[in-house]
Amino acid sequence: MNTPTELLYTESHEWARIEGDSATVGITDHAQHQLGDVVFVQLPKVGATVAAKASVAVVESVKAASDIYAPLSGEITEINSSLESDTAQINQDPYGKGWMFKIRLSDSSQTASLKSASDYSALTS
Amino acid sequence: MSEPTQNLKKTALHAAHLRAGARMVPFGGWDMPVQYSGILEEHKTVRSSSGIFDISHMGEFSVRGSGATAWLNGLVTNDVSKLQVGQGQYSLMLNDHGGVIDDLIYYRTGAEDFFLVVNASKISEDAEWLRSKAGSDIEFSDHSDLVSAIALQGPQARWALAKAVPGAPLPARFSVADFQWGSVPLRIARTGYTGEDGVELFFPNDDAEKVWDALISAGAKPIGLGARDTLRLEACYPLNGQDLTPDTTPIEAGLSFAVNLDKGHFTGRDKLAEQKASGTQKKLVAFALTGKGAPPRPHHPVYLGEEKIGEVTSGTFCPTLAKGAGLALISSAHASVGQQLELLIRDQRVPIVIEKKPLYKSPSL
Repeated sequence: MNTPTELLYTESHEWARIEGDSATVGITDHAQHQLGDVVFVQLPKVGATVAAKASVAVVESVKAASDIYAPLSGEITEINSSLESDTAQINQDPYGKGWMFKIRLSDSSQTASLKSASDYSALTS
Repeated sequence: MSEPTQNLKKTALHAAHLRAGARMVPFGGWDMPVQYSGILEEHKTVRSSSGIFDISHMGEFSVRGSGATAWLNGLVTNDVSKLQVGQGQYSLMLNDHGGVIDDLIYYRTGAEDFFLVVNASKISEDAEWLRSKAGSDIEFSDHSDLVSAIALQGPQARWALAKAVPGAPLPARFSVADFQWGSVPLRIARTGYTGEDGVELFFPNDDAEKVWDALISAGAKPIGLGARDTLRLEACYPLNGQDLTPDTTPIEAGLSFAVNLDKGHFTGRDKLAEQKASGTQKKLVAFALTGKGAPPRPHHPVYLGEEKIGEVTSGTFCPTLAKGAGLALISSAHASVGQQLELLIRDQRVPIVIEKKPLYKSPSL
């Protein structure tokens, strides 16, 4: 599985790319592989306030629905609406075109709670 | 949903699935492949060329003896006596209240000789039920542990069969033929659970990999249970335990084509006759989402306005239809084709419309 070292990870298989006070969030390569073909995505609303570990989105494969949790607390500033018509991007490019939403962090020190790529890889191996 | 993973039974093709990169899941007590390359791609393969499914988990029984025809006819809904040797039919085995124990296909393999194929999760229940009803003149045998089976399905299935098994007969739809392929005794039935043309092959466990490999070499791709479910749902074939239950009759399930009330008595007939005469309270219908929305899943409630009128029994994203669709058991009063209804999915109302069955009809059939 591909686990880029510049990203941070959660135990619930989300990744976060931290840029200043903003975090871009998606699901990991491991997660998309486990889910199989994604056929539906329900994204959060822009402007919504989200708490770390709260369910904020849903990804559905042919077989099942899975909750997606906010890795960090803050406000949703942007969502990847192109996923609604092209869900396969999550499978094909989970760390790129398959990004799901951006959070403006309420407190940038919270990133310490996330896992490094090596810790996440150990979790899923 | 999750079943314990230890003590799962393995088919004779288990190692072949692992070699092909399958993801395995528990299903009806068996460790079975849910997908190989991906459900969407596998679904498309069966709709456009040919795929093979390990269906060794299914049950195979034989029934023979003088009076076997009349005996079997008293336990199933369809009319066994109409079958010529070599012909088969879809049918249902009911409890005394007309509810479904199992749906099955049987073939007449001799004058008083039948081959029955039943659902994996119902093998012991079915066998027990049939044995309890069998008199001394009926010889009932359960061959499920000795027999492996592969379904070869898709518009190209017949060509893959001809290539893999030179000289193999292609029986008429719902018919069966035996063929000795070198050392392998094959039973070939022109049936399936995908809504495509194809065959189901039955043979001894020891020959499983040989048959599987020959079909792969002939161009058929391995298909898992995930696509098996989406394929059968588009074809509106019910799944026992989900769309059919001991509380659902074949009349309610829209399976009247497999019920013959004129053939004489059979277990469950009284209830079906009553329903045929005065109608049913509920009906199993096919539906599809009218727009984009989350895929329907079993137990999602179905609403007409504020009134809950039933629930989804099977639902998923249907790849050929490119939308969510499924089967729902709802109040007969609102079960006409074209009726607009709503599902409740995670606190959101999702509009659906009742569709004609099947949801998808293949040009190959």
